[in-house]
Amino acid sequence: MSKYTEDDLREELKTKEYEYGFYTDIDSETFPVGLNEDIVRAISKKKEEPEWMTEWRLEAFKVWKAMEEPEWANVNYEKPDFQAISYYSAPNSKPKYDSLDEVDPELLATFEKLGISIDEQKKLANVAMDVVVDSVSVATTFKKTLGEKGIIFMSISEAIKEHPELVKKYIGTVVPTKDNFYAALNSAVFSDGSFCYIPKGVRCPMELSTYFRINQAGTGQFERTLVIADEGSYVSYLEGCTAPSRDENQLHAAVVELIALDDAEIKYSTVQNWYPGNAEGKGGVFNFVTKRGLCEKNAKISWTQVETGSAVTWKYPSCILKGDNSVGEFYSIAVTNNYQQADTGTKMIHLGKNTKSTIISKGISAGKSQNSYRGLVQVSSRADNARNFSQCDSLLMGNECGAHTFPYIEAKNKTAMIEHEATTSKIGEDQIFYCNQRGIDTEKAIALIVNGFSKEVLNKLPMEFAVEAQKLLEISLEGSVG
Amino acid sequence: MDLKEKLVTSFLAFENRVDVDSPVHDIRNEALKTFENTGFPSKKEEAWKYTSLNSVLKHDYSVFPKQENALEYKDIKKYFIHDIDTYKIIFIDGKYSSHLSQVTHDGIDVCLMSSALNKDKYKPVIENYFNKIATKDSLASLNTAFSNEGAYIYIPKNKAVEKPIQIIHFSTGNESAVLLQPRNLIVVEENSHVQIIERHQSLTDNPVLTNSVTEIFANKRAIVDYYKVQNDNQNASLIDHTFVEQKEQTNCFVHTFSFGGKLTRNNLNFYQNGEHMDSTMKGITIIGDKQHVDHNTLVHHIEPNCESHQDYKGIFADSSTGVFNGKVIVEKEAQKTNAFQANNNILLSDKAAINTKPQLEIFADDVKCSHGCTIGQLDESALFYMKQRGIPEKEARALLMFAFSNNVLDSVKIPELKQRITKLIANKLGVNIGFDL
Repeated sequence: MSKYTEDDLREELKTKEYEYGFYTDIDSETFPVGLNEDIVRAISKKKEEPEWMTEWRLEAFKVWKAMEEPEWANVNYEKPDFQAISYYSAPNSKPKYDSLDEVDPELLATFEKLGISIDEQKKLANVAMDVVVDSVSVATTFKKTLGEKGIIFMSISEAIKEHPELVKKYIGTVVPTKDNFYAALNSAVFSDGSFCYIPKGVRCPMELSTYFRINQAGTGQFERTLVIADEGSYVSYLEGCTAPSRDENQLHAAVVELIALDDAEIKYSTVQNWYPGNAEGKGGVFNFVTKRGLCEKNAKISWTQVETGSAVTWKYPSCILKGDNSVGEFYSIAVTNNYQQADTGTKMIHLGKNTKSTIISKGISAGKSQNSYRGLVQVSSRADNARNFSQCDSLLMGNECGAHTFPYIEAKNKTAMIEHEATTSKIGEDQIFYCNQRGIDTEKAIALIVNGFSKEVLNKLPMEFAVEAQKLLEISLEGSVG
Repeated sequence: MDLKEKLVTSFLAFENRVDVDSPVHDIRNEALKTFENTGFPSKKEEAWKYTSLNSVLKHDYSVFPKQENALEYKDIKKYFIHDIDTYKIIFIDGKYSSHLSQVTHDGIDVCLMSSALNKDKYKPVIENYFNKIATKDSLASLNTAFSNEGAYIYIPKNKAVEKPIQIIHFSTGNESAVLLQPRNLIVVEENSHVQIIERHQSLTDNPVLTNSVTEIFANKRAIVDYYKVQNDNQNASLIDHTFVEQKEQTNCFVHTFSFGGKLTRNNLNFYQNGEHMDSTMKGITIIGDKQHVDHNTLVHHIEPNCESHQDYKGIFADSSTGVFNGKVIVEKEAQKTNAFQANNNILLSDKAAINTKPQLEIFADDVKCSHGCTIGQLDESALFYMKQRGIPEKEARALLMFAFSNNVLDSVKIPELKQRITKLIANKLGVNIGFDL
């Protein structure tokens, strides 16, 4: 084999097409494009929602109309026309399947192409999947096993009908409707998403997982996820995404709310691989996501994310450390290639005493991409003995990409201990040389180094997911991960 | 009438008094337009997120001091570094004081901006350098519009200036509130070396707002060493803009010591136009009461093989607030850049706050860039160790804080200044423990 250099890798990265780019032709029932009060009402009606939910949506819509799209992020893109999007699309062969056999075979084939045959997943990974295709939940598995423990795991639209008291109590408490432009939009038009409730003292026996796809051309997807871990419970929640190749930009504005009550722990892992656009930067998904968790006393929320897709990513999974002794963690790998842009990071808001937070962020930029870390660590005056450690490392491949760090640190308490450090580097020639000397070819060497660079975060992913994350890294940085 | 309107209306009167034919006439007009359009910065702007000018702008400042005021040297001697021989450019309420100054045209020019702007002899320098690197944001533009007086320093090729230059701005407080807008231009030609100490001092409790702009140009292999001593009284506010442009193989240092003042904002921008150079900016901030100090730095690495070092230490007591906003930009041509940025802070009170934002924007891959930022407390075990050995708590704390800020002092190259700063620190910490004074 001829010598494989970093230039070859770069070349390969440029030409590497999105593998999962295909489009399944499923009959969809799609709303006319545009957004107004009638559409909001129609969505609500379609989902057979109670009156309070409709009102809540309309309120959010009012707020949204008065808001402006934020421009502070370090990303450039053509603003989506919110009146040119269809806000609801559901696979037609709904509703309700008792078994997988009833599911549209074409849909199943789609999953197979993605390598996530539900059957296989069920058996091998012991993962309960709430599969979301274009916003409507079509298959929920392991419901029974979970039901025995009292765990509620269903689509949010079902939860609104079946457990209105829980939804009403918690929805919008962590991410209020007027939080930001995209959260308001999501609150008004969210079509579906997942709902999860872990009762007191229950340790969820399996990893809960949803799989998102955007399937219909020109439809935006507005997911709403609400996870509530009651006192002393534990849950690990996985979220993964792939999307078919498309030319026009697709919009994804999700809201995720986590609530960890006293002594509870939530682990939320994401692998995001929306379509990033082609090598010329055409197309690709806009990913504007609001994710936030609230920690009560002694609670812990841990965010882990592997971001490899999307043309534009705007995402800051955050923790509000409200209760004393609560812990927030954020582990992230963001890989950008070609013309991708990512502005991602976290917010750690320390309110309670003895709260701790850890931020580990790894950014890898290649091609002509821009990768930014933007984070906030805030210690309020009552948060005695708050402790934060942040580390942001960037790896640059080529001199046409950029890596940026924008940490905001605000401390108002004298007992706060805050450390932040950031480094930027490239794969050293000496590192490659060292590997070459020992008979490891350059391709493997780069793989080793990138792997080592991101290991700290990959290790935080649940076993079942780590494999997939590895796969996605491979697609994004083909040839570099062995 | 608010301050903005007042400034805009008084601009005409100002322009008529100074030479309308002067080459900077157009620059001033242009700048005023910019200021008129943008107005004073508000907290909505990212660069002013943590610093509000409201409390400073509410006073009715007189824009032009009405009378000339004189001061006796013996009354103000303590504000000078008087134990060594220096060139001095002294201003009282914005007016040049020939009586207190010591300027020169002997080989080098250490003189006044007003004469540099008006005399033909200086025209080439003014045309080449004046307002070339100052940013066009609102406050810098405001200064440009009213630029008339300040220090003008020109060091020709191959000249090491043998003694430091002191620039001191006094305000007498004879008027109830005064706005000062000094404008300095410093040009250092090839192979030359200069040391400059700058200070702003008000002598009464009447409010003073200083909006100062300094442009520094360092040509090939020049060394520029600039010290800012900020220990003004509690009603004086300072908005300082310093712009440094470096050519290849230069070495520029800016040290900022912020101990006083009500609100201090330091905008410090370095532009590296050339290879193999070094930029150093360091600062010590020790404040209390309701003081506010904001350091806003920018290092723009444009060409390869350059270095930059930033080291800012802050100690914040009472209800004081500190802001650090450091930005390093590495362009994609600037390979082999080595940029380092550190910001360490100690909070002494629950009412004190620190907001820090060390930013990196990197477009080149073969670089070594790092930044670190900490907020913490004094080491309890070290305190205990000293107390055990009979050092009173107050002194022990002061010792630790002194040690904390010491590596900034290390690079001060004028021994008398270093001594003075050490004393100021001891004073500020309220102790006298006989450091190497």
